[in-house]
Amino acid sequence: MANEVRLIQMAEPLSPPRLLPSGDSAITVEFSRTIDDAANRRVLALDRLIAAEPIAGITETVPTYRSLLVHYDPVQIRFDALGEEILARAAKALPSETGTRRWRIPVTYGGEHGIDLEDVAKTLQTTPDDIVARHVAGDYRVAMIGFTPGWSYLSGLETFLHMPRRKDPRLLTPAGTISIGGIQTGVQCLAGPSGWHLLGRTPVRTYQLHRDPTFLLEPGDAITFTAIDAKTFAEQDRAAEAGAFVAELVTP
Amino acid sequence: MSKLVVTSIGPASSVQDGGRPGSQRYGLVPSGAMDRLSLAAANALVGNELLAAAVEIGPFGAAFTARGGAVRVGLAGASRNADIGGRPVAFDSSATLAEGETLNLGFARGGSFSYLAIEHGIEGEPMFGSLAVNARAGLGSPYPRPLQSGDELKTQAASSAAERRIELPAATDAPIRIVFGPQDDEFAEDNKKLFIDSEWKISATSDRMGYRLEGPVIKHLDGHNIVSDGTVTGSIQVPGNGQPIVLMPDRGTSGGYPKIATVITADFGRFAQISAGRPFRFKAVTMAEAQAEAIKFHALLHSLPDRLRGIEDLGLNIEALRDANVAGQAVSAVDVSTWQVAVP
Repeated sequence: MANEVRLIQMAEPLSPPRLLPSGDSAITVEFSRTIDDAANRRVLALDRLIAAEPIAGITETVPTYRSLLVHYDPVQIRFDALGEEILARAAKALPSETGTRRWRIPVTYGGEHGIDLEDVAKTLQTTPDDIVARHVAGDYRVAMIGFTPGWSYLSGLETFLHMPRRKDPRLLTPAGTISIGGIQTGVQCLAGPSGWHLLGRTPVRTYQLHRDPTFLLEPGDAITFTAIDAKTFAEQDRAAEAGAFVAELVTP
Repeated sequence: MSKLVVTSIGPASSVQDGGRPGSQRYGLVPSGAMDRLSLAAANALVGNELLAAAVEIGPFGAAFTARGGAVRVGLAGASRNADIGGRPVAFDSSATLAEGETLNLGFARGGSFSYLAIEHGIEGEPMFGSLAVNARAGLGSPYPRPLQSGDELKTQAASSAAERRIELPAATDAPIRIVFGPQDDEFAEDNKKLFIDSEWKISATSDRMGYRLEGPVIKHLDGHNIVSDGTVTGSIQVPGNGQPIVLMPDRGTSGGYPKIATVITADFGRFAQISAGRPFRFKAVTMAEAQAEAIKFHALLHSLPDRLRGIEDLGLNIEALRDANVAGQAVSAVDVSTWQVAVP
């Protein structure tokens, strides 16, 4: 199993992260300067360990690709003392796959819902069907959620689909957009600006007020996509608007 | 039930409070007041929780009318000409609008944002524990958007409590203090020095997401694209054009430009109040100094209820008027006849 291999690799000592000041009330705990899956797993492991073994004064933590941003109250704990506590936890926060949730997210690809699919296929010298087949075959993980509510950045995009972002970002892209940009793919929740290539749309709301839970995905969740037709999209979109998850929880 | 009806209002005006921290890991930014100390002062004046929801009023004028009963308000932040039905009202004090009376507020002077707190608070449905408007995320109550004419802020009738004023520390034009990081190593020492040694202005295109700075071009050592990581309110990021952007309470929770420095907590509200086009400077301080100032700021904010005074206390009121004078208002602290300031 891939998991076992990963655990064996982690048996070597963990290099300490860098502690970077983000003002007087937050520390950026940086594991890598690049997009690096191993670093992201350490970020998520540290995030989990801090949740399990809280440090008085921490107000919230924000996992991102390569660093964990730790917000804290300097009235309760100072930079140096908090840094020591964080380093102690980072040294023993081992990445683990146990308890990972897996979601299957429906996507309608191409046409009006994925206006860049044809261009992406042309640029990569293949067919739209091949792009869809490759995107659906991927095994992804939520590396971080950021920018706007529910915008989930996924790692695990196959190398063939890596593409530079658009030169001119679009000012408005639709809610539920599924796109690729650089070495990432993403699930966007709210309409907003984006420089990524739009492959399709999902009816899934990763953020929806008055639904429990309001936020569907957690950093670290595993994701696969499944292709649906435009009619199914329209049906599921109505169900999702009424509060249904639409995304399918495969495990646990 | 009493209510305050918005009879006129400019852009950049919305209901704000202490914000909704706790969901940044899901991409939801806390939002909240641009100047927390002034929000807290306005609330203290009418006996509210210090970070309760109040109206954050942008640089332009505004007017509010009491309906359904009397409404008591507390005014703090950037001062303005103010009157209720022609009767002058001072900033950093409370005042009561009788049923049908209108509070007229002029343009902001010596700052950008004023806070109007309402005694008993603004009625609304908290989302993630906050009424603060975050228009992009569709959050905020009673309206999930900036305020418009005709909007109604429901509350309870004014109590019979005496009016109050509040003694705040004197305004200062001192440089805005920063701590370097988290990505100051993306900049050469001479560019960090240029950042600190230069005069900056806030661009008119700034908003509650970010203040764009105008000044010398700050160059990166190794390009302007970094891997997106977490931001804080006060992060100073430097995009490709070398003109820094200071991230404000409606920022994105993550960003992909190198962040050269961060405005310290104690100076953030003062920074948010700097008017577009007005020159200012930054000053680098150590983490120890920034955290000592954050602790002092926390103590100051929580001391506000102890700084309330009776409105009739003339001796101390002269001090308040002297402050108003500093802000450019032609008022003599010793000549009562000049206190009745004309309102446009």
